[in-house]
Amino acid sequence: MSVELIGAVYIVSAILFIYGLKLLSSPATAVRGNQLSALGMLVAIVVTLGSREIIDFRWIGGAATLGALVGAIAARRVAMTGMPEMVALFNGSGGIASLLVGWAALDMGSGEDPSTQTAFTIVTILLSILIGGVTFSGSIVAWGKLAETIPSRAITLPGQQIITLLLLIASIGCGIAMVMQPEAWNATLIYVVVALSLLLGVMAVIPIGGADMPVVISLLNSYSGLAACAAGLAINNTILIVAGSLVGAAGIILTNIMCKAMNRSLSHVLFSGFTATKSAT
Amino acid sequence: METVFLGFVLMLSIFLGFELISKVPATLHTPLMSGANAISGITVVGAITLAGGPMAEWATWLGAAAVFFATVNVVGGYMVTDRMLGMFKTKEKPEVRS
Repeated sequence: MSVELIGAVYIVSAILFIYGLKLLSSPATAVRGNQLSALGMLVAIVVTLGSREIIDFRWIGGAATLGALVGAIAARRVAMTGMPEMVALFNGSGGIASLLVGWAALDMGSGEDPSTQTAFTIVTILLSILIGGVTFSGSIVAWGKLAETIPSRAITLPGQQIITLLLLIASIGCGIAMVMQPEAWNATLIYVVVALSLLLGVMAVIPIGGADMPVVISLLNSYSGLAACAAGLAINNTILIVAGSLVGAAGIILTNIMCKAMNRSLSHVLFSGFTATKSAT
Repeated sequence: METVFLGFVLMLSIFLGFELISKVPATLHTPLMSGANAISGITVVGAITLAGGPMAEWATWLGAAAVFFATVNVVGGYMVTDRMLGMFKTKEKPEVRS
């Protein structure tokens, strides 16, 4: 299939996502909305499989079958009361997928000369790794708190703010280093960025109490959309950009609505751990 | 030019996302979150192009792992959302009858 045809089909699938989300936000049409959005996903996947770039289907077939099996069993088996935990796990799964896509995209266009990567590509790769990693580890912590594998109370470490700030500065530093010297990046630095992103996710969610977890999961859902969007910018794929940023924006709005419904402000939830540290000292 | 074009797509999609979600009844918060989460599994498309493309071996491995995780998100996400919405239906029906 030609690139133009694939692009045209991507538009159809984007329409299905947009319409599906719209229908999902009203009780009478929600089931159909979900089905439409699933159809959009199926269309996007099928047309991508028809792309000329794809020369080997073995890995895709195996990984997709296994993933579909795990996802379906998990979705079937989970108890109704355990739904938010399950959503957190699925969300984390999407986050790490975006991280891996960003990571693998390092190899794109670098066949002969690694320095052919533009600064734009490098920055978007770093963003998808960073946001994807935060989504993954944050979602796992959120899941742990809801399932009470981790104490669900707000856990604050001494100097938490400073640690988080340092982690953030370190990741930005790594990013700058990689943009400055694209040819020297292959090994160590990318591992550092992955590790930093995972740590950041833990540090972001661990100081938030278990009662606020649904809001946090909604926020992390928004992040996973942004991670997909960054991955799309890195590998130049419009449907990833459109669907990712749709989820990113809709997720933020939904988070805000959920906060209002729970009589809390978004900033209060996000920084509750920080203020707790302050009052304790 | 390509970058500018991608920027436009990004900006319009974000505004659309903001506009799409306005008044959502509280019962639909979790299903909507879950449904949106399934859409974020769109990264599977990117993963497919990397796992099946002419890439270095390590990148193919990462791509395959990404396909696995993204498929878990997509399949699980849509199925869980469907189950949640189905639960509302069975709950609402008796109320209508009585």
